[in-house]
Amino acid sequence: MSSRPVVAVVTFPGSNDDRDAAWALGAVGAEPALVWHEEPELPAGTGAVVLPGGFSYGDYLRTGAIASLAPAMTAVRRFAASGGPVLGICNGFQILCEARLLPGVLRPNRQLEFVCRDIRVRVENAETLFTRRCSADQELVIPVKHGEGAWYADEAILVQLVARGQVVLRYGEDVNGSLGSVAGVINEAGNVMGLMPHPEHAVDPLLGSADGGLLLAALVDAAAAHTLVPA
Amino acid sequence: MKATVLVRPKQGILDPQGDAVQHSLHKLGFDVSTARVGRVIDLELEAPGVDEARATIERMCAELLANPLIESVEIQVDGS
Repeated sequence: MSSRPVVAVVTFPGSNDDRDAAWALGAVGAEPALVWHEEPELPAGTGAVVLPGGFSYGDYLRTGAIASLAPAMTAVRRFAASGGPVLGICNGFQILCEARLLPGVLRPNRQLEFVCRDIRVRVENAETLFTRRCSADQELVIPVKHGEGAWYADEAILVQLVARGQVVLRYGEDVNGSLGSVAGVINEAGNVMGLMPHPEHAVDPLLGSADGGLLLAALVDAAAAHTLVPA
Repeated sequence: MKATVLVRPKQGILDPQGDAVQHSLHKLGFDVSTARVGRVIDLELEAPGVDEARATIERMCAELLANPLIESVEIQVDGS
Protein backbone atom coordinates (compact mmCIF):
# COMPACT_ATOMS: atom_id res chain seq x y z
CA MET A 1 0.00 0.00 0.00
CA SER A 2 1.21 3.43 -0.88
CA SER A 3 1.41 5.96 1.92
CA ARG A 4 0.80 8.76 -0.56
CA PRO A 5 -2.59 10.47 -0.16
CA VAL A 6 -5.09 9.59 -2.88
CA VAL A 7 -6.25 12.55 -4.97
CA ALA A 8 -9.13 11.73 -7.30
CA VAL A 9 -9.13 13.48 -10.69
CA VAL A 10 -12.55 13.36 -12.38
CA THR A 11 -12.55 12.91 -16.15
CA PHE A 12 -15.61 14.24 -18.00
CA PRO A 13 -16.22 13.78 -21.73
CA GLY A 14 -14.13 16.65 -23.12
CA SER A 15 -11.76 17.01 -20.18
CA ASN A 16 -8.24 17.39 -21.55
CA ASP A 17 -6.06 18.27 -18.57
CA ASP A 18 -6.98 15.26 -16.45
CA ARG A 19 -3.77 13.37 -17.21
CA ASP A 20 -1.61 16.49 -16.82
CA ALA A 21 -3.26 17.08 -13.44
CA ALA A 22 -2.65 13.46 -12.42
CA TRP A 23 1.00 13.70 -13.49
CA ALA A 24 1.54 16.99 -11.62
CA LEU A 25 -0.16 15.66 -8.48
CA GLY A 26 2.13 12.64 -8.62
CA ALA A 27 5.12 14.98 -8.93
CA VAL A 28 4.16 16.73 -5.68
CA GLY A 29 3.61 13.57 -3.66
CA ALA A 30 0.05 12.38 -4.31
CA GLU A 31 -1.29 9.06 -5.54
CA PRO A 32 -3.54 10.28 -8.36
CA ALA A 33 -6.64 8.27 -9.25
CA LEU A 34 -8.52 9.02 -12.46
CA VAL A 35 -12.29 8.74 -11.97
CA TRP A 36 -14.71 8.51 -14.91
CA HIS A 37 -17.63 10.93 -14.63
CA GLU A 38 -20.20 8.12 -14.59
CA GLU A 39 -18.74 6.63 -11.40
CA PRO A 40 -21.20 7.12 -8.54
CA GLU A 41 -18.46 6.83 -5.89
CA LEU A 42 -14.97 8.21 -5.34
CA PRO A 43 -12.16 5.67 -4.77
CA ALA A 44 -11.88 4.39 -1.19
CA GLY A 45 -9.53 6.54 0.86
CA THR A 46 -9.83 9.61 -1.38
CA GLY A 47 -8.23 12.54 0.44
CA ALA A 48 -8.92 15.28 -2.11
CA VAL A 49 -10.61 15.81 -5.48
CA VAL A 50 -9.44 17.74 -8.53
CA LEU A 51 -11.85 18.73 -11.30
CA PRO A 52 -9.52 19.28 -14.26
CA GLY A 53 -9.51 21.67 -17.19
CA GLY A 54 -10.95 21.02 -20.61
CA PHE A 55 -14.19 21.50 -22.48
CA SER A 56 -16.62 19.09 -20.84
CA TYR A 57 -19.58 18.35 -23.13
CA GLY A 58 -18.12 20.77 -25.67
CA ASP A 59 -19.15 23.69 -23.44
CA TYR A 60 -22.74 23.05 -24.57
CA LEU A 61 -25.44 25.24 -22.97
CA ARG A 62 -23.04 26.99 -20.55
CA THR A 63 -19.50 25.98 -19.65
CA GLY A 64 -19.63 23.37 -16.90
CA ALA A 65 -23.43 23.24 -16.76
CA ILE A 66 -23.91 19.69 -18.07
CA ALA A 67 -20.89 18.28 -16.24
CA SER A 68 -22.20 19.68 -12.95
CA LEU A 69 -24.98 17.06 -13.16
CA ALA A 70 -22.71 14.02 -13.73
CA PRO A 71 -23.04 11.08 -11.30
CA ALA A 72 -19.47 11.64 -10.08
CA MET A 73 -20.51 15.16 -9.08
CA THR A 74 -23.03 13.72 -6.62
CA ALA A 75 -20.10 11.94 -4.98
CA VAL A 76 -18.03 15.15 -5.11
CA ARG A 77 -20.87 17.09 -3.42
CA ARG A 78 -20.99 14.51 -0.63
CA PHE A 79 -17.21 14.62 -0.30
CA ALA A 80 -17.23 18.43 -0.15
CA ALA A 81 -20.09 18.43 2.38
CA SER A 82 -18.00 16.18 4.63
CA GLY A 83 -15.18 18.76 4.55
CA GLY A 84 -13.09 17.07 1.85
CA PRO A 85 -10.82 19.42 -0.12
CA VAL A 86 -11.93 19.99 -3.73
CA LEU A 87 -9.97 22.01 -6.30
CA GLY A 88 -11.49 23.01 -9.66
CA ILE A 89 -9.08 24.15 -12.35
CA CYS A 90 -10.39 26.17 -15.33
CA ASN A 91 -13.29 24.02 -16.62
CA GLY A 92 -13.32 22.48 -13.13
CA PHE A 93 -13.86 26.00 -11.71
CA GLN A 94 -16.71 26.52 -14.19
CA ILE A 95 -18.25 23.19 -13.12
CA LEU A 96 -18.04 24.08 -9.40
CA CYS A 97 -19.77 27.43 -10.07
CA GLU A 98 -22.53 25.75 -12.08
CA ALA A 99 -22.87 23.15 -9.31
CA ARG A 100 -23.37 26.11 -6.92
CA LEU A 101 -20.50 24.82 -4.82
CA LEU A 102 -18.74 28.13 -5.50
CA PRO A 103 -20.16 31.64 -5.88
CA GLY A 104 -20.38 33.38 -9.22
CA VAL A 105 -20.10 32.20 -12.79
CA LEU A 106 -17.47 32.25 -15.55
CA ARG A 107 -18.40 34.23 -18.66
CA PRO A 108 -16.81 34.70 -22.10
CA ASN A 109 -13.62 36.76 -21.99
CA ARG A 110 -14.38 40.44 -22.47
CA GLN A 111 -12.00 40.64 -25.45
CA LEU A 112 -13.71 37.58 -27.03
CA GLU A 113 -10.31 36.03 -27.60
CA PHE A 114 -8.96 32.79 -26.24
CA VAL A 115 -6.12 33.73 -23.92
CA CYS A 116 -3.19 31.34 -23.59
CA ARG A 117 -0.07 32.58 -21.81
CA ASP A 118 1.81 32.77 -18.54
CA ILE A 119 0.22 35.37 -16.28
CA ARG A 120 0.89 36.79 -12.84
CA VAL A 121 -1.58 36.05 -10.04
CA ARG A 122 -1.42 37.52 -6.54
CA VAL A 123 -2.20 35.48 -3.45
CA GLU A 124 -4.85 37.52 -1.61
CA ASN A 125 -5.37 34.98 1.16
CA ALA A 126 -2.46 32.74 2.16
CA GLU A 127 -4.38 31.13 5.03
CA THR A 128 -6.49 28.73 2.97
CA LEU A 129 -6.00 24.96 2.62
CA PHE A 130 -4.83 25.60 -0.93
CA THR A 131 -2.48 28.55 -0.41
CA ARG A 132 -0.80 27.65 2.87
CA ARG A 133 2.51 27.07 1.10
CA CYS A 134 2.39 30.61 -0.33
CA SER A 135 3.03 33.88 1.47
CA ALA A 136 0.53 36.74 1.63
CA ASP A 137 0.67 38.93 -1.49
CA GLN A 138 3.05 36.50 -3.16
CA GLU A 139 2.96 36.79 -6.93
CA LEU A 140 2.78 33.48 -8.76
CA VAL A 141 3.45 32.89 -12.45
CA ILE A 142 0.99 30.32 -13.78
CA PRO A 143 -0.38 29.87 -17.31
CA VAL A 144 -4.00 30.43 -18.29
CA LYS A 145 -5.71 29.04 -21.40
CA HIS A 146 -9.39 29.81 -21.65
CA GLY A 147 -12.07 31.54 -23.67
CA GLU A 148 -14.56 31.86 -20.83
CA GLY A 149 -12.70 32.97 -17.73
CA ALA A 150 -14.32 36.26 -16.79
CA TRP A 151 -15.64 35.60 -13.30
CA TYR A 152 -18.84 37.45 -12.53
CA ALA A 153 -21.14 37.89 -9.55
CA ASP A 154 -23.27 40.71 -8.19
CA GLU A 155 -21.15 43.54 -6.73
CA ALA A 156 -22.68 42.89 -3.31
CA ILE A 157 -21.53 39.28 -3.44
CA LEU A 158 -18.00 40.33 -4.39
CA VAL A 159 -17.87 42.77 -1.46
CA GLN A 160 -18.99 39.99 0.88
CA LEU A 161 -16.45 37.52 -0.55
CA VAL A 162 -13.59 40.01 -0.19
CA ALA A 163 -14.62 40.73 3.42
CA ARG A 164 -14.55 37.01 4.23
CA GLY A 165 -11.24 36.36 2.48
CA GLN A 166 -12.92 34.18 -0.14
CA VAL A 167 -11.20 35.93 -3.03
CA VAL A 168 -8.01 33.88 -2.86
CA LEU A 169 -6.26 34.84 -6.11
CA ARG A 170 -6.40 37.96 -8.26
CA TYR A 171 -4.84 38.56 -11.65
CA GLY A 172 -1.82 40.84 -11.57
CA GLU A 173 -2.68 42.04 -15.06
CA ASP A 174 -5.75 42.40 -17.28
CA VAL A 175 -6.50 38.91 -18.55
CA ASN A 176 -10.20 38.52 -19.37
CA GLY A 177 -12.33 41.25 -17.81
CA SER A 178 -12.96 39.25 -14.64
CA LEU A 179 -14.91 41.25 -12.05
CA GLY A 180 -12.46 42.56 -9.43
CA SER A 181 -9.67 40.75 -11.32
CA VAL A 182 -10.80 37.59 -9.52
CA ALA A 183 -8.73 34.57 -10.60
CA GLY A 184 -9.70 32.17 -7.82
CA VAL A 185 -12.37 31.92 -5.11
CA ILE A 186 -13.04 29.60 -2.19
CA ASN A 187 -16.29 28.58 -0.53
CA GLU A 188 -17.28 29.88 2.89
CA ALA A 189 -16.34 26.60 4.60
CA GLY A 190 -12.85 26.87 3.10
CA ASN A 191 -12.60 23.43 1.50
CA VAL A 192 -13.71 24.04 -2.11
CA MET A 193 -11.69 26.30 -4.38
CA GLY A 194 -11.72 27.11 -8.06
CA LEU A 195 -9.22 28.99 -10.20
CA MET A 196 -8.79 29.74 -13.89
CA PRO A 197 -4.96 29.49 -14.05
CA HIS A 198 -3.51 25.99 -14.48
CA PRO A 199 -1.21 25.05 -11.59
CA GLU A 200 -0.70 21.59 -13.13
CA HIS A 201 1.13 23.24 -16.04
CA ALA A 202 3.53 25.02 -13.68
CA VAL A 203 5.22 22.37 -11.55
CA ASP A 204 8.63 22.29 -13.22
CA PRO A 205 11.02 25.22 -13.81
CA LEU A 206 11.84 23.66 -17.19
CA LEU A 207 8.36 24.76 -18.32
CA GLY A 208 8.88 28.32 -17.10
CA SER A 209 7.56 28.18 -13.55
CA ALA A 210 7.07 25.81 -10.65
CA ASP A 211 4.70 28.15 -8.79
CA GLY A 212 1.66 25.97 -9.48
CA GLY A 213 3.36 23.26 -7.45
CA LEU A 214 2.85 25.38 -4.32
CA LEU A 215 -0.94 25.15 -4.72
CA LEU A 216 -0.97 21.46 -5.64
CA ALA A 217 1.44 20.51 -2.83
CA ALA A 218 -0.82 22.34 -0.37
CA LEU A 219 -3.75 20.33 -1.75
CA VAL A 220 -1.78 17.13 -1.19
CA ASP A 221 -1.06 18.25 2.42
CA ALA A 222 -4.81 18.79 2.85
CA ALA A 223 -5.54 15.40 1.29
CA ALA A 224 -3.20 13.71 3.76
CA ALA A 225 -4.87 15.53 6.66
CA HIS A 226 -8.37 14.66 5.41
CA THR A 227 -7.45 10.99 4.99
CA LEU A 228 -6.57 10.86 8.69
CA VAL A 229 -10.05 12.09 9.66
CA PRO A 230 -12.05 9.04 10.79
CA ALA A 231 -15.03 8.51 8.52
CA MET B 1 -47.11 19.88 -25.95
CA LYS B 2 -44.64 22.30 -27.53
CA ALA B 3 -42.90 25.10 -25.72
CA THR B 4 -40.09 27.53 -26.32
CA VAL B 5 -37.67 28.94 -23.78
CA LEU B 6 -35.91 32.19 -24.65
CA VAL B 7 -32.75 32.71 -22.62
CA ARG B 8 -31.20 36.17 -22.73
CA PRO B 9 -28.22 37.81 -21.07
CA LYS B 10 -29.72 39.89 -18.26
CA GLN B 11 -29.92 43.63 -18.71
CA GLY B 12 -26.67 45.29 -17.69
CA ILE B 13 -24.65 42.10 -18.13
CA LEU B 14 -21.76 42.54 -20.52
CA ASP B 15 -22.42 40.50 -23.67
CA PRO B 16 -19.16 40.34 -25.68
CA GLN B 17 -20.79 38.08 -28.28
CA GLY B 18 -23.56 40.60 -28.85
CA ASP B 19 -20.99 43.39 -29.11
CA ALA B 20 -19.07 41.43 -31.76
CA VAL B 21 -22.29 40.88 -33.73
CA GLN B 22 -23.16 44.57 -33.47
CA HIS B 23 -19.67 45.58 -34.71
CA SER B 24 -19.91 43.18 -37.63
CA LEU B 25 -23.36 44.44 -38.60
CA HIS B 26 -21.91 47.94 -38.47
CA LYS B 27 -19.12 46.90 -40.86
CA LEU B 28 -21.77 45.63 -43.26
CA GLY B 29 -23.34 49.08 -43.22
CA PHE B 30 -26.29 48.35 -40.94
CA ASP B 31 -27.07 51.06 -38.44
CA VAL B 32 -27.50 48.86 -35.36
CA SER B 33 -26.76 50.38 -31.97
CA THR B 34 -27.18 47.24 -29.86
CA ALA B 35 -27.16 43.49 -30.40
CA ARG B 36 -27.62 40.94 -27.63
CA VAL B 37 -27.20 37.24 -28.25
CA GLY B 38 -29.25 34.70 -26.34
CA ARG B 39 -30.46 31.16 -26.84
CA VAL B 40 -33.68 29.50 -28.02
CA ILE B 41 -34.63 26.10 -26.61
CA ASP B 42 -37.57 24.34 -28.26
CA LEU B 43 -39.14 21.64 -26.12
CA GLU B 44 -41.70 18.94 -26.65
CA LEU B 45 -43.08 17.52 -23.43
CA GLU B 46 -46.00 15.68 -21.92
CA ALA B 47 -48.12 17.75 -19.55
CA PRO B 48 -51.82 17.73 -18.55
CA GLY B 49 -52.17 21.43 -19.31
CA VAL B 50 -50.46 24.70 -20.11
CA ASP B 51 -50.06 25.71 -16.46
CA GLU B 52 -48.47 22.40 -15.51
CA ALA B 53 -46.14 22.60 -18.52
CA ARG B 54 -45.12 26.10 -17.52
CA ALA B 55 -44.43 25.05 -13.94
CA THR B 56 -42.32 22.13 -15.12
CA ILE B 57 -40.35 24.32 -17.51
CA GLU B 58 -39.73 26.85 -14.75
CA ARG B 59 -38.09 24.04 -12.79
CA MET B 60 -36.05 23.06 -15.85
CA CYS B 61 -34.82 26.64 -16.11
CA ALA B 62 -33.86 26.77 -12.43
CA GLU B 63 -32.05 23.44 -12.55
CA LEU B 64 -30.33 23.58 -15.94
CA LEU B 65 -31.53 25.75 -18.79
CA ALA B 66 -30.48 29.15 -17.44
CA ASN B 67 -28.14 30.61 -14.84
CA PRO B 68 -30.18 33.20 -12.93
CA LEU B 69 -27.02 35.15 -12.06
CA ILE B 70 -26.58 36.27 -15.64
CA GLU B 71 -29.60 35.18 -17.68
CA SER B 72 -33.30 35.95 -17.85
CA VAL B 73 -35.85 33.54 -19.28
CA GLU B 74 -39.11 33.88 -21.15
CA ILE B 75 -41.29 30.78 -21.45
CA GLN B 76 -43.78 30.40 -24.27
CA VAL B 77 -46.12 27.40 -24.11
CA ASP B 78 -48.05 26.47 -27.22
CA GLY B 79 -51.59 26.04 -25.89
CA SER B 80 -53.15 24.55 -29.00
